[in-house]
Amino acid sequence: MKKEHKHKAKKYGMVINLDKCTGCGSCMVACMAENNVPFRADETDKLLSITWIQVYKLTNGKPFPNTEMCYLPRPCMHCEGSHGHSPCVSVCPATATDYSHETGIVSQIYTRCFGCRYCMAACPYHARYFNWWDPVWPEGMEKYLSPNVSPRMRGVVEKCSFCFHRYQLAMEKAHYEGKHEVEEGEYQTACTQACPAGAITFGDLNNSHHAVYKLKKNKNAFRLLEKLGTNPKVYYVSSREWVRRAGDNYLRDKEGNVIDKNRLRN
Amino acid sequence: MNADSMSAADSSAFIRVHQRFVKAVFPEKNPKNFLAGYLNYHHLKLDGVSMSTSEEKAKEVDAGGDSGGFIILFFIVGFVASLIVGWVVFPKLLYCQKEQPISFSHAIHINEVEEGCESCHFFREDGTYSGVPKLEQCIDCHEEVQGESPDEEKFVNEYVTKGREVPWLIYSKQPDCVFFPHAAHVKAAEMDCVTCHGPIGESTTLKPYEENWITGYSRDLWGKNISGLKKNTWDRMKMDDCSECHIKNNVKQTSVQTKKGACFVCHK
Repeated sequence: MKKEHKHKAKKYGMVINLDKCTGCGSCMVACMAENNVPFRADETDKLLSITWIQVYKLTNGKPFPNTEMCYLPRPCMHCEGSHGHSPCVSVCPATATDYSHETGIVSQIYTRCFGCRYCMAACPYHARYFNWWDPVWPEGMEKYLSPNVSPRMRGVVEKCSFCFHRYQLAMEKAHYEGKHEVEEGEYQTACTQACPAGAITFGDLNNSHHAVYKLKKNKNAFRLLEKLGTNPKVYYVSSREWVRRAGDNYLRDKEGNVIDKNRLRN
Repeated sequence: MNADSMSAADSSAFIRVHQRFVKAVFPEKNPKNFLAGYLNYHHLKLDGVSMSTSEEKAKEVDAGGDSGGFIILFFIVGFVASLIVGWVVFPKLLYCQKEQPISFSHAIHINEVEEGCESCHFFREDGTYSGVPKLEQCIDCHEEVQGESPDEEKFVNEYVTKGREVPWLIYSKQPDCVFFPHAAHVKAAEMDCVTCHGPIGESTTLKPYEENWITGYSRDLWGKNISGLKKNTWDRMKMDDCSECHIKNNVKQTSVQTKKGACFVCHK
């Protein structure tokens, strides 16, 4: 048996251009279909809905005609924290969620999770969701479920995995072809590919050949709640200053007041 | 001394019962006689209830030490019985045996094909593994009956001519939270089929498929040995067996929580 080849650690992440995002929700739809995300007949209570990627609507809070809008898609941030100690990984008592230094992806193992929801309390981005019910698919729909993503059951937490199954399949193909790495185009998330505006870019933040490597260095790039030290791997780019300020609700505005947290809500 | 019971309203009755109990249990203030004394006490008490004063009963009381031996005997018998139930009967109840639809000889086929295992168990172009062959692969040779085996005749008549897939029972079917890439093991790590599957290519028949009544998975995952011990790699296919080899070969030991294998390697 040959030993595993040593390669530089990857750090998969996203750069989302909020100037391009139209808030159409294609990423949410693509994600639901790709990852077998359960839904119910009545989805009016959004606190109970499961949305691995959620599009938030931000406003600058000013009256007409100065009102401005911005849509902000929020997947799991796959926080690195310091040395992989992201908020959710640190609190999990079941080792059901874990951080891998190989890909930088925060994993969630549904068969391991026992539903204490500490991680949901720890996550400052509300990126984690609890299954209050077993999924009930409309008749015949279970035949359309993806066999590459394991469906969840009642009583476990789930969240965005950066479509990790796509990485597994891409690696499997690479191994078959005698390679040990996947190309940028061979591993892309469903939301990235679904976005009609091309607002989402996905790749290895450590790899200088990947598009995200340059995009994250944009002077208008920011991350959500950066002050908390979560070290997220999802970057946002916006040319509008009020949007960048809204990204961190501890930031102060020009007058020195703490920016209203409620503006982040839709 | 008879008819001494707690039903008496007199509170001194309780004290008398207690004194008699202590006397019966510790006749010589020797705790070693506790069990014998305790039994004696109950015999005495039974005597009291039945109001019998016969001397035969008194003799039985004297022989109370022997019933302690019976207790130990019963304990051993019960212990052995529960061991047999746990190690022999329960595993048989837990699994139901199913026969494969067709008796298949790997030994005959391995001599007929040119590329060994990969002739029938091959990789697809996208790197995924085909696993158990479909009718499409068998039909090249078996469009008509080749030999004299009744199973082959059944296979051709029942499945090939009718165009039905054989409902093979898959010994190695993993739960849906598990991702196992053959390419990573066979191509990247250059492992032989035999390393994990054993000498299956030399077998002349298919072993019965044992299905767990509760989980629906094959017994090959947990392994034959109920104690969980294994001699060969192919005895078991549990998570511990994956991680054992991954630790040994330092495969993606990148987890922050465990410092061992990350979950998102084999899980999905």
